[in-house]
Amino acid sequence: MGWFKKKNSCHGTAAGSSVKGAWKVALVGNPNVGKSVLFNALTGAYVTVSNYPGTSVEVTRGSAVIGGVPCEIIDTPGMYSLLPITEEERVAREILLNETPDVVVHVLDARNLERMLVMTLQLIDAGLPVILVVNIMDEAERMGLVIDIPFLQEKLGIPVIGAATAKKRGLDEIRRAIAGYARNKQAVFGYSKRLEADIESVASLITNDYPLSHKSLALLLLQRDEEVAGLIEAREGTGYPSIEEMVKAKTFERRQSFHMDLSMERRGIVKGLLSGVFSAPAQRRVTFSERLSRWAVQPLTGVPLLLIILYYGLYQFVGVFGAGTVVDFLEGTLFEKLFNPWVTHLVQNIIPWPILQELFVGEYGVITLGLRYAVGIILPIVATFFLFFSVLEDSGYFPRLALLVDRLFKKIGLTGRAVIPMVLGFGCDTMATMVTRTLETVRERVIATLLLALAIPCSAQLGVILALLSKALGALMVWSLCLVLIFILIGLLASWVVPGETPMFYMELPPMRLPQISNVLTKTYTRMQWYFMEILPLFILASVLLWLGKITHFFELMVEWMKPAMAAIGLPAETAVAFIFGFFRRDYGAAGLYDLQTKGLMNPRQLVVAAVTLTLFIPCVAQFLIMKRERGWKVAIGIGLFVTVLAFGSGWLLNRFLLVTAIL
Amino acid sequence: MKLSEKAEEILEALWIKVEEEGRGFAEFEQIGIDRDDPAYGELTRHALIELRDGRVYFRPEGREEGKNTIRRHRLAERLMMDVLNIRGEAGDDKACQFEHLLNEGVDAKVCTMLNHPATCPHGKTIPPGDCCREARQSGDLGVVPLTELKANQEGEIAYIQTDDDKKMQKLMAMGVLPGNRIHLMQTFPTYIFRVGYSEFAIDTNMAREIFVRR
Repeated sequence: MGWFKKKNSCHGTAAGSSVKGAWKVALVGNPNVGKSVLFNALTGAYVTVSNYPGTSVEVTRGSAVIGGVPCEIIDTPGMYSLLPITEEERVAREILLNETPDVVVHVLDARNLERMLVMTLQLIDAGLPVILVVNIMDEAERMGLVIDIPFLQEKLGIPVIGAATAKKRGLDEIRRAIAGYARNKQAVFGYSKRLEADIESVASLITNDYPLSHKSLALLLLQRDEEVAGLIEAREGTGYPSIEEMVKAKTFERRQSFHMDLSMERRGIVKGLLSGVFSAPAQRRVTFSERLSRWAVQPLTGVPLLLIILYYGLYQFVGVFGAGTVVDFLEGTLFEKLFNPWVTHLVQNIIPWPILQELFVGEYGVITLGLRYAVGIILPIVATFFLFFSVLEDSGYFPRLALLVDRLFKKIGLTGRAVIPMVLGFGCDTMATMVTRTLETVRERVIATLLLALAIPCSAQLGVILALLSKALGALMVWSLCLVLIFILIGLLASWVVPGETPMFYMELPPMRLPQISNVLTKTYTRMQWYFMEILPLFILASVLLWLGKITHFFELMVEWMKPAMAAIGLPAETAVAFIFGFFRRDYGAAGLYDLQTKGLMNPRQLVVAAVTLTLFIPCVAQFLIMKRERGWKVAIGIGLFVTVLAFGSGWLLNRFLLVTAIL
Repeated sequence: MKLSEKAEEILEALWIKVEEEGRGFAEFEQIGIDRDDPAYGELTRHALIELRDGRVYFRPEGREEGKNTIRRHRLAERLMMDVLNIRGEAGDDKACQFEHLLNEGVDAKVCTMLNHPATCPHGKTIPPGDCCREARQSGDLGVVPLTELKANQEGEIAYIQTDDDKKMQKLMAMGVLPGNRIHLMQTFPTYIFRVGYSEFAIDTNMAREIFVRR
């Protein structure tokens, strides 16, 4: 997840930190091999590192001085091959195609040397200045694998470094290799006569120079890579038709099995390279992490394990400890008893005008309300949630959860892959909406965005609502039942209405690891920082607007307008305030309900109706903006309208139902 | 003994009447070949059938020969549909011509290639041959989709059958390549397998497209 980062790296393609004349160093490789760890080590910046394949969706840049040479380090999303299939891979290849890096560092996982070395071949074929980092050596050694690095270097003709970047092993060697990089004579790998002839017949027609070698471009063309075809068409101009014709003729000739033949030939080359380099023990060693992994993926043990994780992690740690103990202390003791009276007194002494006093310390004051909500209520809940999430993420549990729920998610038009945004949604729906871009099809992304906007309450909201309803157990039951029901119902409906087919599910399972405390803490910290920077201004803005509304009496007018709507779903008029809050942030709205309840203004039925409506109600302004950015105006507004109608509709229905049945 | 095509068709029709419909004999009109056709003479000369009271009866050797003929016919149908992808009437027609080439051990080869199918495309039983019995005894499953393996079984990837190029590339990038060992670890709720030192999870639809030799 490449959007949390410190100052000396920046978003996307805007290369703000790039230094004129600096060396460009691109880190490439399969997902989950430790590129981001290496990036952090080289630049000293922080990119979220996770044990989940495909988490870096954006290109991250940072600067470093390596061996006296200023460098711009580029961290790319994971790619399996030079021929891109997914969006992330396309983004990663863009860097190689358009930016002509001075050094390309290919990072791979020592345990899967045989599989991943295929991409090294492709990079060497492309004539790129490659350095190979054989990473995760420590775990490979634990499994008894032996890799002769110097011999591999000799065979490949490029610098090869054995490393364990997470353990800071091999970093100096990598730095030295980058600083001292000199283009040597790289090895040339011969394919079969027939394939070489086919490549040559296309390559010889290409006349211009490109960042990739003609051989590599010819191979990509033969694999019907449309992007490369477009690039060559643009550059070659009148020469292109003959290239296109040749590619057509060759691909037709080999239509039966070109991809397969190529893969098999490359595998043959890798096998040859590895003879004498790689040896594995005859008997596979079964490690504890593998045993734990077995428990996590078998339904019989996996489901209880999931329940234990949810109970202790989410309920006990986030709910009881974060939303209970810590909130009570921060909000109840620190703010209500100590800070607020003190600051109110202070402000009243400094500012003589009551209206301005109100702005800071009144009922909707920036300090007494905005800061209190943000720091006293939301912060502890979100902090505990992100801590919980980071631990799970680093342990490698999520891919296992994904495969466990895949069958169920298929029913609502998603695949197991969607489990990450869905779980993250319980932390922050805005962040989760951003992560939906890792899903494969537009259909999945739309469905996931909708469900996040509608039925997944974020941690802040969840914490407040749990606190709100915990006094009436029945109300809590009704609330959860309603949300689960709506989640399933809308999921089923969406999978039926939204066009397109459910994609297949496949996922690499990274080994389970003990999370590193420092990494978990840094990750939680950067997420918190991102979250806080995003919400605090909104809370303050909301406070200011509410204050403005109050002094101009516009606010009372709005409450008046909303009265019929509130009455229709059986709520006291004062709840309108919570809904107006809710437009800024759902949790802010929920916190508003919390205030109402402590004043004793609502009975359990009203409480549950308000809670359900508010949970379903419009996502916060930030989430709406992200929805617009990720899905476009049409989808964002469509979802917004649908959610609003459904929220009030459900509230109305629930109120009727509760009145008739008199359950509460 | 090499029979004419007509003679083989008589045997087939008679076999269906006797073995599948449980009759003792067949009338000429049920066979659909004129009673004065020389093929009847050919079959009686080889002592495969007997003609009595205007009806056609099997002799013991004829019954065996009939079974083999019908087996070849239905194997040919399977071949048309499964491998050559010729379906419907065109497939039936071609199968009728093709079946006559499937003698002298060619049938066993085709049967093994098709992994000893039990039914023809119309759902009728294909009488098992010696090759099928041998395969069953040795427990050799031949090439099967990954879905047919049990958890903790191992195999060698034989081929990947998919119309989707992208998916094929993805699978190959993950190391699912013909010739690699594949260890199936779990089958529910999703398929989990290991190739080399990596583990992967895939759903049933994808598992159906990976073919494995045990």
